[in-house]
Amino acid sequence: MEFLRPATWQEALAAKAAHPAALPIAGGTDVMVEINFDHRRPEHLLDLTRIGELYEWEAAGDTIALGASVPYARIMTELRDDLPGLALAAHTVASPQIRNRGGVGGNLGTASPAGDAHPALLAAGAEVEAESVRGSRRIPIDEFFTGVKRNALADDELIRAVHIRRAAGPQQFSKVGTRNAMVIAVCAFGLALHPDTRTVRTGIGSAAPTPVRAMAAEGFLNAALADGGFWDDPRTLTPSVAREFAELCAGACNPIDDVRGSADYRRHAVGVMARRTLGWAWESYRGTGRTERGAA
Amino acid sequence: MSEVTRIPTDLVQGATGHAGVGASTLRPDGVLKVTGEFAYSSDLWHEDMLWGHTLRSPHAHAEIVSLDISEALAQAGVHAVLTYDDLPSDVKHYGLECRDTPALADGVVRYHGEPVALVAADHPETARRAAHKIRVEYRELPLVTDEATATAPDAPVLHPHREDGHAAHVPHPNILHRQPIVRGDVASAAARADVVVTGDYEFGMQDQAFLGPESGLAVPAEDGGVDLYVATQWLHSDLRQIAPVLGLPEDKVRMTLSGVGGAFGGREDLSMQIHACLLALRTGRPVKMVYDRYESFFGHVHRHPARLHYEHGATKDGRLTHIKCRIVLDGGAYASSTPAVVGNAASLSAGPYVVDDVELEAVGLYTNNPPCGAMRGFGAVQACFAYEAQMDKLAAAVGMDPVEFRRLNAMSQGAVMPTGQRVDSPAPVAELLRRVKAMPMPPERQWESAGGAADVRALPGGLSNTTHGEGVVRGVGYAVGIKNVGFSEGFDDYSTARVRLEVLNGEAVATVHTAMAEVGQGGVTVLAQIARTELGVQQVTLIPADTRVGSAGSTSASRQTYVTGGAVKHTCEAVRERVLELGRRTQGTYHPAWATAELLLEGGKVVTDGGEVLADLAELLADGEPVDIELEFRHRPTEAFDVRTGQGNGHVQYAFAAHRAVVEVDTELGLVKVVELACAQDVGKAINPLSVVGQIQGGSTQGLGVAVMEEILVDPATAKVRNPSFTDYLIPTILDTPPIPVDVLELADPHAPYGLRGAGEAPTLSSTPAVVAAIRAATGLDLTRVPVRPEALTGTRGD
Amino acid sequence: MRVTITVNGQQQTADDVWEGESLLYVLRERLGLPGSKNACEQGECGSCTVRLDGVPVCACLVAAGQAEGREVVTVEGLAQGERLSPVQQAFVDAGAVQCGFCTPGLVVAADELLERTPSPSDGDIREALSGNLCRCTGYEKIMDAVRLAAARRQEAV
Repeated sequence: MEFLRPATWQEALAAKAAHPAALPIAGGTDVMVEINFDHRRPEHLLDLTRIGELYEWEAAGDTIALGASVPYARIMTELRDDLPGLALAAHTVASPQIRNRGGVGGNLGTASPAGDAHPALLAAGAEVEAESVRGSRRIPIDEFFTGVKRNALADDELIRAVHIRRAAGPQQFSKVGTRNAMVIAVCAFGLALHPDTRTVRTGIGSAAPTPVRAMAAEGFLNAALADGGFWDDPRTLTPSVAREFAELCAGACNPIDDVRGSADYRRHAVGVMARRTLGWAWESYRGTGRTERGAA
Repeated sequence: MSEVTRIPTDLVQGATGHAGVGASTLRPDGVLKVTGEFAYSSDLWHEDMLWGHTLRSPHAHAEIVSLDISEALAQAGVHAVLTYDDLPSDVKHYGLECRDTPALADGVVRYHGEPVALVAADHPETARRAAHKIRVEYRELPLVTDEATATAPDAPVLHPHREDGHAAHVPHPNILHRQPIVRGDVASAAARADVVVTGDYEFGMQDQAFLGPESGLAVPAEDGGVDLYVATQWLHSDLRQIAPVLGLPEDKVRMTLSGVGGAFGGREDLSMQIHACLLALRTGRPVKMVYDRYESFFGHVHRHPARLHYEHGATKDGRLTHIKCRIVLDGGAYASSTPAVVGNAASLSAGPYVVDDVELEAVGLYTNNPPCGAMRGFGAVQACFAYEAQMDKLAAAVGMDPVEFRRLNAMSQGAVMPTGQRVDSPAPVAELLRRVKAMPMPPERQWESAGGAADVRALPGGLSNTTHGEGVVRGVGYAVGIKNVGFSEGFDDYSTARVRLEVLNGEAVATVHTAMAEVGQGGVTVLAQIARTELGVQQVTLIPADTRVGSAGSTSASRQTYVTGGAVKHTCEAVRERVLELGRRTQGTYHPAWATAELLLEGGKVVTDGGEVLADLAELLADGEPVDIELEFRHRPTEAFDVRTGQGNGHVQYAFAAHRAVVEVDTELGLVKVVELACAQDVGKAINPLSVVGQIQGGSTQGLGVAVMEEILVDPATAKVRNPSFTDYLIPTILDTPPIPVDVLELADPHAPYGLRGAGEAPTLSSTPAVVAAIRAATGLDLTRVPVRPEALTGTRGD
Repeated sequence: MRVTITVNGQQQTADDVWEGESLLYVLRERLGLPGSKNACEQGECGSCTVRLDGVPVCACLVAAGQAEGREVVTVEGLAQGERLSPVQQAFVDAGAVQCGFCTPGLVVAADELLERTPSPSDGDIREALSGNLCRCTGYEKIMDAVRLAAARRQEAV
């Protein structure tokens, strides 16, 4: 095994081009587990922790450019207003120690269906900035996840940043685990209201081979909100609308039975989370939302 | 050869003021532990050391067709590769109760993860790579995974040549042990019952999940023997099993206890002990072995999963008429302590209640599932979950409050157990229930702040932000349990203590040497307290536990304060008598009280029971040799249970604890937050009140864990473990664990040292059923299996 | 490879480090600092918590090479000579130590909490320590210890 320690982004891209099988490591929260438990023996480890720009975020117009390695702990505190859904998701990641070290780039690189950031990114609408010595491109988050722990990155590409629209409305995130802290998602749900475009987006984690959006549910809710004039006259949401939305979200799941939970439960729980997060976000949009201590 | 570093050191603890029995003195190893200097078994180090590694079976039942180590052996940095054929002695098996476990697989593997081969190399990675190069060809064999497959007509017999004492009494060779307990006339009693409730219950496989992994260092010695530093619960039991397999006399295997990172029963069986010694003796180099968390799940036994069928009857005024039960415990591939677990399960299966007519039975199986053995609560835990669920059902059936129903049927001193044994010390079951019920209730909706905001940390789901109060329903549940203390069924249960009293720097000081395994329980704290009380000294030195002193027995069965504490007390009394003899001889003529008064050692002086000082200990001992005595101590003997009726005075002491659990359940998502877990327990005498409360809180939390999250999942189709990691075997975090108020009773047991009652296990029993009863109260569901999974609470299909 | 790290204020160098080794392994097996504990090696227990450039992390998840040139503070660096830090002393006094295997990680995490939040609520303590598993104590006396340390620190100010 060789340990590659690029000092700059350009060096990192060159190293990845020279060793396409090199395994990028930043927070180490996935990679080191695989190494410690002898699940993976890459020829090259490509350490990205010396590249300062990966640890920075900046606002550009209506978008936040989030460096791939900005740790979850900073997302929770520094971006809770701009990216509330992702900040909430960041707060549910593993433990304080992991949140101090792990970032969204690693989550996307691993592309586990259970990655906590994914539902929030899907709901907010994000683009993954992938770069190689060949050049840079933006991959829409909807096209990023291609299979179980597979993503759209080419072998020579690294994730530099994620570009996420600043929240124009309330966002929520909820995750079910069988422990009250430090737990991998049995399933998770992200929801964002986009009053500027009068749309709602969703993200479902750990309930399908990849993180997915509940497209039919979004379509139904967008129509229901528009038809009812809810955006202009934000009344309490009709319970039947919330119920139908929840059912459609549950229907968007294609889960499996595994040690963390059954497929049937996952489908059920996604429905409950969809209904609840919609309720919280909508009440917040109406201006009645209660602030949630400890939630972000 | 250079020295082994990071080995345990003497613990020297001075004291000021009252630091004897009954004081909350602080741990003598506390400072070492908070500074990182305490020497755990995984910290051991030697300049020349090699790293040992274990190749384990990927199958649960298979024949080893061929095994080729040549490629592994040829790898640079590899110093030895060992298999069954390399075992040096005629004795190739070991075991706690039955010698049925091969030191390395004997041509057949009987469980997933069974050790097949060993590697010693210069770096852990070298050893891992070499292990990958060992070529093993397996032929898979049919699996035995439960009672039906174990006793089917064509079932493979897992241990065809059994030599254990239970073999003659079992209905099938895959049944390791069966213990019936029959008393009274159940048929007639059942006829008197106005209500009868039955239930089938299931208890999942729990892991001890101690944090310090199995580890140790074996150092070959010039005399052909070996020095072994290891974390274990019982040095001498290890020694008795290790030495024959190494082909060495016991005096050539010198064992020292290194720092133990928790045990809870999981270190009662051997793990890497024999393996490290074999590699050290083969290579002539010190060999360190440290399991990682994955391997640890295969490296020790677990709590027996159980299926339990119960029938309880009661009259309409709430008196128990009879109990029938059958408990099936899955012992897995090797015996471990399954027979004793079966004995406990059977003899304690009626709970702490008065009932004259019973038909109880427990059986332990051999299967191809992971081996199961000792874990805190040892057979009493599974039964308590079931009988307490039954008591709630029965209370409901007769229309009584569940606590009042229990109190009405609670045993007290003088009661007769289903085994015919009379309970001859306090049994305050009703009082414990009364106390736990009387504790103030935690406020409602603690998650809600004044402004109406929700603190998700205090809600089910916690940080995962699943509810802001929606679907959350509170429930309250109660349970009480009974656990035996000490080793039972006629076992010669003793401990040894060596105590020296001498003068150092003008002060009389004591040195205590035992082989007691300090695994975190605070045994070292109480041994020092006992020495202070008995010898009137302040400074006590505790010598690391090793095999140079006689056996202390196991740190299990809630027994060490009783038995090794008793041994230190007993030996101190002999030391004191020797000192007083010396005083009478040298100073008796100066004061008549030497001959006539009851004399004590207090504050470094010999005093009369009236408080008159006769001599200064330091002066009395100044010119002579230190007083140095080693003695054994035994609790009252017990008897075996009759193999057909289960009758016999099988236990030495009983311990009782009661819990009240308050939970909040997110009824839509099936997530649980335990809001409070109150406990009342009788400890006879709190030798160290601070420590005993810590034991009760820790034991309660392990019971909480198995109630709502902890389970080793074994695939029924392959008998393979599906979740051997801390990612998927979940134990409670600090956000899962509620405040645990504890009410400690001290009703002396006149038969025990200081009246104490073993305390470590009882709180693990009643915690689980109390939490589940509270979840039932919140949800109205009839929950019959632990851990209670979200699927069970939401009516969704399980995995 | 060679790795040079400043540990508890002292620069230390380890040679012949295998590239797959963790910072935890280097501390424990190469630099003679076994205080950080190896309970899970998968970031699920917090026993190996150290400060890396001031931030609490799991040393088992830091590749040795990533620590090159960084500052690490371990449990061995908390006491000043014979004088325990307030958190360490409180853990002893409150009975928060049983087997002690989780203790080093907990005192490092609790120390950082009190540095950041001198008067934490119970919820704050639980959240800050939710990445540190303890199997012995049921956490009650750990809560007591952190409350005690916070109170003593306040008195000392």
